[in-house]
Amino acid sequence: MNFEQFVTRSRVLVVAGKGGVGKTTVTGALALAAARSGLSVLIVELEGKSGLRESFGGVGPLGYGEERLWPGQPDSPGELGAKDEPRSGGVGDDAGSRKGEVRARRITPDDALLEYLSDHGLKRISKRLVSSGALEVVSTAIPGIRDILVLGKVKQLERRVAADLILVDAPATGHAVTFLTSANGLLEAARSGPVRSQAQEVVELLSDGDRCRILLVTLPEEMPVNEIIDAAYLLEDKVGVSLGPLVVNSCLEELPGGPVDASPDGRSASIARFMAGVIDEENLPRRPLKKLSASVAQAALEAGAFQEHRRALQVEQCGRLKEELPLPQLRIPLLFDDQIRIAELAILATALTRAVSELH
Amino acid sequence: MPAKGYATELEEIVAERSVLICCGSGGVGKTTTSAAIALAAAMSGRRTCVVTIDPARRLANALGIEGLTNTPKQIAIGTPAPASTPRERPVDVRVEAGRSASEVGGELWAMMLDTKATFDDLVRRYAGSSEQVERILANRIYKELSSALSGTQEYMAMEKLYELVEEGGYDLVVVDTPPTRNALDFLEAPSRLIRFLEHRLFRLVLMPTRMYLRAVSVATQAFVRTVSKVAGAEILDDAVTFFQAFDGMEEGFHARADRMDSLMRDPDTAFVLVTTPRPEAIDEAGWFTNRLDQYGIEIQALVANRVHPVFLPAGTDVTIDDLNGVADRLEARDAAGAKTATGADTKREGDWAARMEAAALIRNLSNYELVARRDQKAVSALGSRMSPSSVTSVPLLTEDVHDLQGLHRLAGLLAPGC
Repeated sequence: MNFEQFVTRSRVLVVAGKGGVGKTTVTGALALAAARSGLSVLIVELEGKSGLRESFGGVGPLGYGEERLWPGQPDSPGELGAKDEPRSGGVGDDAGSRKGEVRARRITPDDALLEYLSDHGLKRISKRLVSSGALEVVSTAIPGIRDILVLGKVKQLERRVAADLILVDAPATGHAVTFLTSANGLLEAARSGPVRSQAQEVVELLSDGDRCRILLVTLPEEMPVNEIIDAAYLLEDKVGVSLGPLVVNSCLEELPGGPVDASPDGRSASIARFMAGVIDEENLPRRPLKKLSASVAQAALEAGAFQEHRRALQVEQCGRLKEELPLPQLRIPLLFDDQIRIAELAILATALTRAVSELH
Repeated sequence: MPAKGYATELEEIVAERSVLICCGSGGVGKTTTSAAIALAAAMSGRRTCVVTIDPARRLANALGIEGLTNTPKQIAIGTPAPASTPRERPVDVRVEAGRSASEVGGELWAMMLDTKATFDDLVRRYAGSSEQVERILANRIYKELSSALSGTQEYMAMEKLYELVEEGGYDLVVVDTPPTRNALDFLEAPSRLIRFLEHRLFRLVLMPTRMYLRAVSVATQAFVRTVSKVAGAEILDDAVTFFQAFDGMEEGFHARADRMDSLMRDPDTAFVLVTTPRPEAIDEAGWFTNRLDQYGIEIQALVANRVHPVFLPAGTDVTIDDLNGVADRLEARDAAGAKTATGADTKREGDWAARMEAAALIRNLSNYELVARRDQKAVSALGSRMSPSSVTSVPLLTEDVHDLQGLHRLAGLLAPGC
């Protein structure tokens, strides 16, 4: 399938999954892939974390106002100070979307709540509500109100066609399920008032597959696979969301030459011979390595056998996932790099584009 | 330093302490680690109970605690079998064949926390009448609060811990804390709930209407109007009913929260921080250590799970650049050779395939060296403020731990001397 067709099937894509599965990285890679195929992309980050901005070469967390992440480098956070305060009418909403660009902004529940109060003519008391701790009490008493306000803001952006593709990096806290089902919960609790209509509109957005899809991210390991299966069924049953393909992150790549046996044999000798050969011919890289080539070759075989063993376990988990959750899987490779920067995002964006092209 | 006779802090905790709190961010193997530590304590002859929050199904099956019973069940722990996985470096699993916990008098009990049932029990304990209990349990806000509110699970984990310590008769209670981003919620949750129940705005809301209109400030009236305007009058009604239902119970909650706080600071209570060497886990663990410091609570032991094994023999003076240099050359020669290859030269073609395989294996080794060194650096940086005996590294295992044998192996890695 063509990548552009794939990502624009709905304007909103919510990237969800448990903490540590690489949601933010997948969000960044999807954004880059979509922008490279000529779309305008807006990323909505919900926790004020710094990872996303840093992957694109910036420093520090995103601000409430929209900024461009790619192409070019994000600004330093100091220059964003003025845009950082949420104000009525949605400051920073209108930075404009351009084809082939990745833009991003942060919408935390506090941002969304303050903007909501301003929009409802309560700006004057909103500061006092914050300082008296009343807001904390309200959001404790009405669980889910924070999630509704954030999702309500996303719905507003979708309605205004803020970009060809709006990517929401869902919160890592707890299950994505809580975040996405809170609107339904509030519909039961609130029978009138603006919060109810807000919840109603959020439910409409979430349950309309032409407007919004959920992309679940997981790792090919036992616990994450179990969790994603549970989450998928809960989301379908409770919210009636449309689930996109599953993104399976950190897949180990197969080594060429088939299964690796770490027991000493001809293969170890052959690796050692190649090593010694190339060191001799090129005078590379250091002489002592040649003396060690037998033990290094053995270590290489052991590392290969370890890798193959773990890969076999991953394949088993992907198979189980396939069996229990009949959704296509987009597998992207494990990168050994320390940090995810633009170069790593580019590798993953290419892998995603290729995986999408193999769908159907 | 651990007390005399123990090689590591963890061994000392397993053998001597009465409460162990396993904390850390989600996805680092906290639940499995808690279960393995509890097993180690049972194997050393202690009556041990582990409170798990969200175990993997196969682990729950193995422990026989599937389903939310909310009361501990005894686990038949059997005898450890020799390690069977191909590679578990760098620590060898020490198994004393034939020794079983029953012979040394130890017991392992386990339970899975049911947040709502625990909260219900708490309400029953402090309510003045059965009528009050019913009113609270039926309230919509209570239902949300007891099952969905973040922080409630943490609070109830602590509540259960307190109950088990006070009433369970265990030598050691191990508690696995819930996997939240703000892993400190379990310390703050009791006081947050009390703050919530005692907030002055709600005390005012509880007053008879006319009196409150006279007594409250303009800001408060605005607040009440705001809530009903924004959230709908029903929610406000629910809230008022909720606070009225809880009326009179604050004192009980208060006293209990205070006692829980003392339990956290008791010298017999130990905190174990579980992490992995991944940067985000290390960052959170560091932040977590600082926050605990502010509470005056010290972490006794650090468990680093999924540390990549080292494959090069110790003392091998080979750098990652060396390995990559060799792999690059092997691959480059392949590309150059392929261009000039002729059909006649089949022997060399076979050679190139083998050369490429060798290059891939060397590159793979180099990747593993890179992550293994990075893991070691990350773990020792985090452990640098503790004594070396506080840090236990558990290698990345080739198998997930999902049965009792796996737990025995892990227990052997965590506390080999117990």
